[in-house]
Amino acid sequence: MRDVAIVSVSQSDHVRALPERNEVEMVQPIIEGAFRNLGASISDIDFVCSGSSDYLAGQAFSFVMTLDAVGAFPPIVESHVEMDGAWALYEAWVKIQTGHADTALVYGYSKASPGDLPRVMSRQLDPYYQAPLWPDSVAIAGLQARAMIESGKITEAEMAAVAHRSREAARGNPHAQLQGSAPVEELLAAPYLSDPLRRHDCPPITDGGVAVILAAGDRARSWVDRPAWIRGIDHRVDSHNLGARDLTVAPSVALAAAKAGVANGKVDVAEVYAPFSHQEKIVVDALGLGDDVVVNPSGGALAANPVMGAGLIRLGEVAQRIMDGTADRGVGHATAGPCLQQNLVCVLEGEG
Amino acid sequence: MANRVGVIGIGQTQYSAVRGDVSLPGLIREAVFRALEDAHLTMDDIDAVVIGKAPDFFEGMMMPEPYLAEALGAVGKPLFRVHTAGSVGGSTAIVAASHVEAGVHERVLTIGWQQQSVSEAMWALSFPIPFQQQLVAGAGGYFAPFIREYMRRSNAPEDIGILVALKDRLNALKNPYAHLHEPDITYDSVKESFMLWEPIRYSETCPSSDGAIAMVLASESAAEASAASTGVRPAWIHGTAMRSEPATANGRDQVSPDAGKLCAADVYRQAGITNPREQVDVIEMYVPFSWYEPMWLENLGFAPEGDGWRLTEAGVTQLDGDLPVNCSGGVLSTNPIGASGMIRFGEAAMQVRGTAGDHQVDGARTAVGHAYGGAAQFFAMWVVGADKP
Repeated sequence: MRDVAIVSVSQSDHVRALPERNEVEMVQPIIEGAFRNLGASISDIDFVCSGSSDYLAGQAFSFVMTLDAVGAFPPIVESHVEMDGAWALYEAWVKIQTGHADTALVYGYSKASPGDLPRVMSRQLDPYYQAPLWPDSVAIAGLQARAMIESGKITEAEMAAVAHRSREAARGNPHAQLQGSAPVEELLAAPYLSDPLRRHDCPPITDGGVAVILAAGDRARSWVDRPAWIRGIDHRVDSHNLGARDLTVAPSVALAAAKAGVANGKVDVAEVYAPFSHQEKIVVDALGLGDDVVVNPSGGALAANPVMGAGLIRLGEVAQRIMDGTADRGVGHATAGPCLQQNLVCVLEGEG
Repeated sequence: MANRVGVIGIGQTQYSAVRGDVSLPGLIREAVFRALEDAHLTMDDIDAVVIGKAPDFFEGMMMPEPYLAEALGAVGKPLFRVHTAGSVGGSTAIVAASHVEAGVHERVLTIGWQQQSVSEAMWALSFPIPFQQQLVAGAGGYFAPFIREYMRRSNAPEDIGILVALKDRLNALKNPYAHLHEPDITYDSVKESFMLWEPIRYSETCPSSDGAIAMVLASESAAEASAASTGVRPAWIHGTAMRSEPATANGRDQVSPDAGKLCAADVYRQAGITNPREQVDVIEMYVPFSWYEPMWLENLGFAPEGDGWRLTEAGVTQLDGDLPVNCSGGVLSTNPIGASGMIRFGEAAMQVRGTAGDHQVDGARTAVGHAYGGAAQFFAMWVVGADKP
């Protein structure tokens, strides 16, 4: 396998709604930021791949328009996944492994604000038996939280503590949408939003995105002093059938973690995409991380959740910490599908 | 790096306007099981699944892949979804091939599908304000002006489109899976069919189909093992290429887009093709409206600019011609949009494997699969051969 690294990360300042800009206008400055970090341009890029969802834009082929933000004329080598940007990064990593590219621009984004996001997310459920009931994403996550509580794996107070810790950590993240949290006791006094989830257990609705640049070997070293090398990356999927799954575990996280080699060294930092508070424990346990690992120092998806970008942001947050020397080895995680059904794990490492 | 990749299994569904006899997972599994059977494999032998389709709004399902995980035998495996507009079937096959080429996996199952009967593609493709100026004319209304411009530039006779439509629909009679089987079709019946988007007549337009295609792609050793079992040679991938350009850009030529020319040049370079007209035996190209056959013949370098229609008129692109195009009946006879590109790639592979049945071109050794999408701005191509690259 070729050595491939993340060498540039650029995020938007995530907000609840960005009505004054369309998707192109939102995405273009993010991509420009990724280039600016390196003094690079589209002509330095061999392959471009993005992740987004038409259902969030509210129109078929929405990604076609956002290509205008890239600078695709003269024509470029480009692809798109209807998945989180983390999977776009995976496609770019595979492309570089084939030897057909040495560099890649990857981006993921969404404007969730125009629609009713929890109800929109229900459209990805089984179309025959579940979707007609319109169970929103908060209610579906509530089923999982209830299973966690009843199996004794977590308490409502522990869930509130995750939310509190995440949003307090987000005070140090200039891109975060929610910074700071009321004390845990105060959080627990709030009414349920979707029993047993309270508002603090849920991610915000976010407009925003992220762009990342990948490079192989010496190309990466020529751009930055300390590239964040991808030492392992893998993704796996579990069954969709909520009634047949043990919702308190995520086998696909554990499998992807084993394939990516999470346990092959000490983990300094982990950024996991756990949009609901109770999900952090499921993911961290499946990754096999100990208590000494710093989890979601950015605040995670509880502080900003631009769907289709939030997974790639996790990889970017880990890469940023390796590039700036505050971590030597870290794990980025992305999820998709209801109740952590599909998962990607990426191990990133600095050298020297 | 750059490991050899072979196509060792191809399976297609019966295509039709409405496949009301199967559920969505049932439709896709029809293609998957045929592909696995073709390769003498089972789902257990598959390392990863790469699936593609066009817009989720066509079926009213947001990112349906997680729902399909069990039906695809993907639980516990990587499951990957590609979406690059109308070229997606081709792009998906290329992404799947790259997993094997990179050495990440040994055997990858790739699928393209669409269930267009659930919605109305015409309106799903007519974008509303505020996204862009409202056309409310579907894909045909969008492409008709560029066809007229091609006719003006090339001075092509007005009936070239009729000849293409007649040829493809007659070819479809030799393809048992094709959606449209019109045994009574004639030059006059195409000519007399009503005008939809001048100059595109009803019979010069692709149908709206339900259907799926699946392929198994394998590493060199896995492909040879499969071939030893099935007795059918793999279709070896000699090159893959994708190019994209914006829908609108100053200086962009929508009649013969740069992205298509660059895509063709890239894939020919990889395959060692210096004279495509001489070295390619058969082409499956994405022709949703009849006139796109001569237009793409020029764009892809099979004819000089302005001369593509001469190949069509002289019968060169017929099944028994010197450069057969769309022997399967093409998109003009079958169009589940998300599958259509992969059907082109799969039919090209069938030709060099010698498994195309009644629409087989004798002695086909090198074939081109082509797909395009969006506002003629996304291109995907592969070259497959009977011999190892």
